[in-house]
Amino acid sequence: MKLTVNGVSREVEVAPLKRLLDLLREDLELTGTKEGCGEGECGACSVLIDGELVNSCLVAACQVEGAQVLTIEGVAANGQLTALQRIFVERGGSQCGICTPGMIVAAHRFLRSGQQATNEKVREAIAGNLCRCTGYAKIVEAIQLAALEEPASPDPESQR
Amino acid sequence: MTIPVASPKTLRDAYAVLSERPPGLRVLAGGTDLMVAINARVGLDQIGHVLDVWRVDELRGVSVTDGVLSLGALTTYTEMMRSKAVREHLPALALVSHEVGAWAIQNRGTLGGNVCNASPAGDTLPLLLASEARFVLGGSRGERRVPADQFFLSYRKTALAADELLLRVEVPLGGRLVYRKVGTRRAQSVSRTLVAVRKNGAAVRIAAGCVAPIPLRCRNAEAAAEQGSDVRAALAKDIAPIDDVRATAVYRSRVTGNVLLRLLEGLAA
Repeated sequence: MKLTVNGVSREVEVAPLKRLLDLLREDLELTGTKEGCGEGECGACSVLIDGELVNSCLVAACQVEGAQVLTIEGVAANGQLTALQRIFVERGGSQCGICTPGMIVAAHRFLRSGQQATNEKVREAIAGNLCRCTGYAKIVEAIQLAALEEPASPDPESQR
Repeated sequence: MTIPVASPKTLRDAYAVLSERPPGLRVLAGGTDLMVAINARVGLDQIGHVLDVWRVDELRGVSVTDGVLSLGALTTYTEMMRSKAVREHLPALALVSHEVGAWAIQNRGTLGGNVCNASPAGDTLPLLLASEARFVLGGSRGERRVPADQFFLSYRKTALAADELLLRVEVPLGGRLVYRKVGTRRAQSVSRTLVAVRKNGAAVRIAAGCVAPIPLRCRNAEAAAEQGSDVRAALAKDIAPIDDVRATAVYRSRVTGNVLLRLLEGLAA
């Protein structure tokens, strides 16, 4: 089957119910996406499919044929960290690091949602991403600071 | 062992798979329930085949015709939150969609999946029951409509036949529908109880989740609410909650009663 991952067209031969998470990590060797709970609770495996946030542990390979997938490896375009990533580093938004790739992907999606980066909206956007170090204050702060540098583009389709 | 998967793009092709009645067939939509079970290897030996309907576009779409809101089985929670028709005609359904999981779950989980998974904790189900929704089931033998309160038979058992798919949910509009979900936190939590009430003139319809083996119409409570008698006592005759990891039976009885009374007060005001 074919799919596009981080802008690159890829072809893989996988069992239809293989998890997108495993397809990414094992077949494409994109190990930035992490597995936490494996049941859609923790968000560590968050990626975007056709621009929308999903838990890659709950998506079967047969459902991503022809899809556009964005993983943590594709967030920094041309090796250049986004403002979000840079501020995460500067502000200590990452501790043990397991939640960080999923957190960045979820926050990256939020910053393109057209929503104001209020404390409440940011927390709602990352409600499905658990940080076991409970570093939420610095994570939320980093996302809010990033929103100042990457002003939200109004996208009515993304309104929630 | 690899489980065989069919991923049809049309209803006709999906019906063809169903007609063969492959043993242990499970339908896959957004995957937020079935993939969890597959990942945990729960009941894996009972899954013989998977029918992946995610690309059957005939199962998508939201419309309003003649006072009925029709929602395709593959309508996701995100789509219900964004749908102008849902927000305008059945705002409670848009609001409850907001309370299911978080963004990633809302983007994949579907209304049809919530109905067919038939968990007593399915968050949309009390709303559909209180609204007297109908489920349109289809297969190569034709289509039929089953009222929501006749669909849930026993724990996780539904009226859906082995060769049928849920096509869409039809909600007759009218009156005012309200609900309250009680979970451990605002997002990403399975309900401890969820109560929905629809008031249409003098008629009151009440349904609750997590208080019985199936999502439940509470007919004794409805009669009490309409007659002005003791609703809490009547509700106790309807529900049969259990102790589990999320709450005790005592907690569920008390909170379900409290929530119901508060919802009824709000509707009377």
